[in-house]
Amino acid sequence: MEFEIVIGLEVHAQMLTETKIFCGCSTKFGGAPNSHTCPVCIGMPGVLPVLNKKVVEFAMKMALATNCEINKSCEFARKNYFYPDLPKGYQISQYAYPLAEHGHISLDVNGEQKKIGITRIHMEEDAGKLMHDEHNPASYVDLNRTGVPLIEIVSEPDMRSSDEAADYLRRLHEILVYLEICDGNMEEGSFRCDANVSIRPMGQKEFGTRTELKNMNSFRNVQRALEYEIKRQQYLVENGETVIQETRLWDDAQGATNSMRSKEEAHDYRYFPDPDLVPILVDDAWVEKIKKDLPELPLAKRERFVNDYQIPAYDAGVLTADKALANYYEEVVKLCSQPKAASNWIMGDVMRFLNEEKKSIRECPITAKSLADMIRLIEEGTISGKMAKEIVEDMYKTGKSPQTIIEEKGLVQITDEGELIKSITSIIEANPGQLADYRGGKEKLFGFFVGQVMKATKGKANPQLVNDLLKKMLAG
Amino acid sequence: MELHQLTIHELQEKIRSGSVSATQITESVFSRIDAVEERVHSYIRMMKEEAFAAAAKADENIKKGDIKPLTGIPIALKDIVCTKGIATTCGSHILHNFVPPYNATVVEKLTDAGALFVGKTNMDEFAMGSSTETSWFGPTRNPWDLERIPGGSSGGSATAVAADECIASIGSDTGGSIRQPAALCGVVGMKPTYGRVSRFGLIAFASSLDQIGPFTKDVEDCAIMMNVLAGYDPKESTSVPTEVPDYRQFAGRDIQGWKIGIPKEYFVEGIDPEVNAAIQKTIAVIEQSGGQCVDISLPHTQYCVATYYIIAPAEASSNLARYDGVKYGLRAADVRDLLDMYKKTRMQGFGAEVKRRIMIGTYALSAGYYDAYYKKASQVRALIKRDFEEAWKKCDVILTPTTPTPAFKIGEKTDDPLQMYLSDIFTISANLAGIPGISLPCGFTSGGLPIGVQFLASHFEEGKLIQIASAYEKNAKIEKRRPAL
Ligand SMILES: [Zn+2]
Repeated sequence: MEFEIVIGLEVHAQMLTETKIFCGCSTKFGGAPNSHTCPVCIGMPGVLPVLNKKVVEFAMKMALATNCEINKSCEFARKNYFYPDLPKGYQISQYAYPLAEHGHISLDVNGEQKKIGITRIHMEEDAGKLMHDEHNPASYVDLNRTGVPLIEIVSEPDMRSSDEAADYLRRLHEILVYLEICDGNMEEGSFRCDANVSIRPMGQKEFGTRTELKNMNSFRNVQRALEYEIKRQQYLVENGETVIQETRLWDDAQGATNSMRSKEEAHDYRYFPDPDLVPILVDDAWVEKIKKDLPELPLAKRERFVNDYQIPAYDAGVLTADKALANYYEEVVKLCSQPKAASNWIMGDVMRFLNEEKKSIRECPITAKSLADMIRLIEEGTISGKMAKEIVEDMYKTGKSPQTIIEEKGLVQITDEGELIKSITSIIEANPGQLADYRGGKEKLFGFFVGQVMKATKGKANPQLVNDLLKKMLAG
Repeated sequence: MELHQLTIHELQEKIRSGSVSATQITESVFSRIDAVEERVHSYIRMMKEEAFAAAAKADENIKKGDIKPLTGIPIALKDIVCTKGIATTCGSHILHNFVPPYNATVVEKLTDAGALFVGKTNMDEFAMGSSTETSWFGPTRNPWDLERIPGGSSGGSATAVAADECIASIGSDTGGSIRQPAALCGVVGMKPTYGRVSRFGLIAFASSLDQIGPFTKDVEDCAIMMNVLAGYDPKESTSVPTEVPDYRQFAGRDIQGWKIGIPKEYFVEGIDPEVNAAIQKTIAVIEQSGGQCVDISLPHTQYCVATYYIIAPAEASSNLARYDGVKYGLRAADVRDLLDMYKKTRMQGFGAEVKRRIMIGTYALSAGYYDAYYKKASQVRALIKRDFEEAWKKCDVILTPTTPTPAFKIGEKTDDPLQMYLSDIFTISANLAGIPGISLPCGFTSGGLPIGVQFLASHFEEGKLIQIASAYEKNAKIEKRRPAL
């Protein structure tokens, strides 16, 4: 039987605000346990939350970037459950009235644009962390992360393969990082994903029973977990068994999902509007202000690169995957006015050097100006492309400018015609036999003469000039 | 008259004239406490050392001529108000050892105004009760009759003022917890508008209803206290940045031409005849004072108690979830695992009434019941608010009895929660609507128990309440009695 796969994703993204969502504590990752806490975020009696407006603005940016409608009024609700990492016994989240709804982003699926719906985006506070003592039957609570602002982005069940799901996640991740509202670090938990997945026979309208997958901390693991879960569900259905609605945890080492809790064991969170917080009213002026401050988003940048710089869509995709890389590229182009050459050098040598050392463009020792200078020096004929290959490697290793390296190594190309004519004349004189053969029709020998000139000039001769002069002089 | 019997404004005059010192006042108050506290049990914890240290400082300031509105005035704090470095228990075993590292905003404001603190007063556990019988620290007794309850939940703060164990005190009112004990103890108690006085540092019972307010010996003192307590607090999101008038200037003004609404729904069967008689007399005094009483209707009054007993427990069930034994307060010993720790801690830490309300609230918020209970109650609450909006078109203030009966006997209603809940029947509506209310003495029963009258006004009209209460106080000429302790 052929099955259709149905996937919906819930992404939690940590907002890059300086302070927590309802108190003045730092949101910095790490720090001694419970050092970034105060009576408010550890849930002492009598204290009250005060909303950090920055969180609303960050969430609004994401909402606008994903084509959501921002609600004129939204409210915080309490999600009630007991756990030691949740000091108040409830999480302040949004429920009936989220900040934004009805959005979408577009994916490129087999060359076609496919819209993935965004059901809602809402704000909430993060919980703390439990640490278990390996030697004693004891657990400890670190509340540094408690109250760190999150947004939850819930998609429609619009994805039909694990590839689409992974692509959707990468696009969301890219947008969050572009907006500079989330650092996107999956290992530290700044970007987390839960997946709802079900299968149904091709052509069937109703959804199959879904399972919820948790604990996947990389794009790769999301894809692996989905693939495993799809196979598991297919096996069940094909063998006449039923899929149970439950939450399953991904086990990376085992490469499998395991049941965590069934629907019957699911919590009743008893959501109700938080009486300590007032509804958030968002007027058009506020939305307009946020809209005006939105940076160019990845998709728009990609299109602009293709149109303005006349580079292939593929290049534009690579260069805009990272905002810093895109900025670097644009800086180089601005300084050398050669978009294609800039793209080639960055995507070729520069990225190869960086990848070898697992570095990001931010850590690149070659400044945009140096790279632009080098491209200009090639264009002006001061150095050859071959020389440039050597120079760029030195630039990366030393951080020096191309001019400095050329000077230090005496690498300047010989473009002085008189000097080259002198050199060619003596080579022709020293090789009368080859000259006769060439003139007799052995044109292959042209390469021999080029080689001799290069040898004599230690490779510094301008190849184009050598070609032109040799052709003339060998002809007699 | 002894110093502890005087009002804030009387003592302030003496301080300004240099005839008494803060230390003398404090000594007088503590000698009174030594004499009567054992019988009344107003306090959970005394702050004697801190009080005398503060009095000494106040005396230095007085010498320098630096006299603030409450300089040298001994004030008692309900043990629901967080005090930095001083245990704050909320009348509960589960918080019996909790020492807050912060002050409630009202504590800061009172300190800034020169007040000194006598101690933390007894209360129903987590303010859940109308008799101060549910305190883990044992009941407080009514100074007018030690066999009777003082009302609640701020019973200790009411008795401390009534028995002259302090000059004024702070309470909190979620469904009548200031006004009801004020009425039953024969003192003045005000519940301000929701958002008028900061809730920061007030241990939450029902966040959308809780409000801090003063107990005082007369209306002018109430105005003095409100001048200190009222105001916007950026630490509270529901605090309202409305300008604070000088409440004292409303005291002594007449009420000529005012319309006083008498809601017919508040004068029904079940009111004690002596209470009814005292209220009728009060109406007569108000009319003699220039007020014109008009019949009004608050048609949804009959739903107030039911609405309140959905919303308050629902919020409480969530507010009290933090008492889990993990971070502070009681943690049960000998537990097997996490769930066992939660269960035993909360089983041992909470009393029966608190457990009852947590269960009611949890039920009302549960999936499948939310719409029928919490949501419905919120809708009815909106109707109750609208009743008042309509009423303000016809009158300036509303007059009602504060309680249907005078103080009842200790133990009389502890086995009948519903009867207990009905003792707040006249006070709950103000909390649901968020409006201010004041209760002040309007007479005594033949048995010598105090009776209270309640005035209600529109949002942020505390000034009107001070004005009518002080006009009534002046014209009623109720004999000054003191409990014979
Ligand atoms: Zn904090």
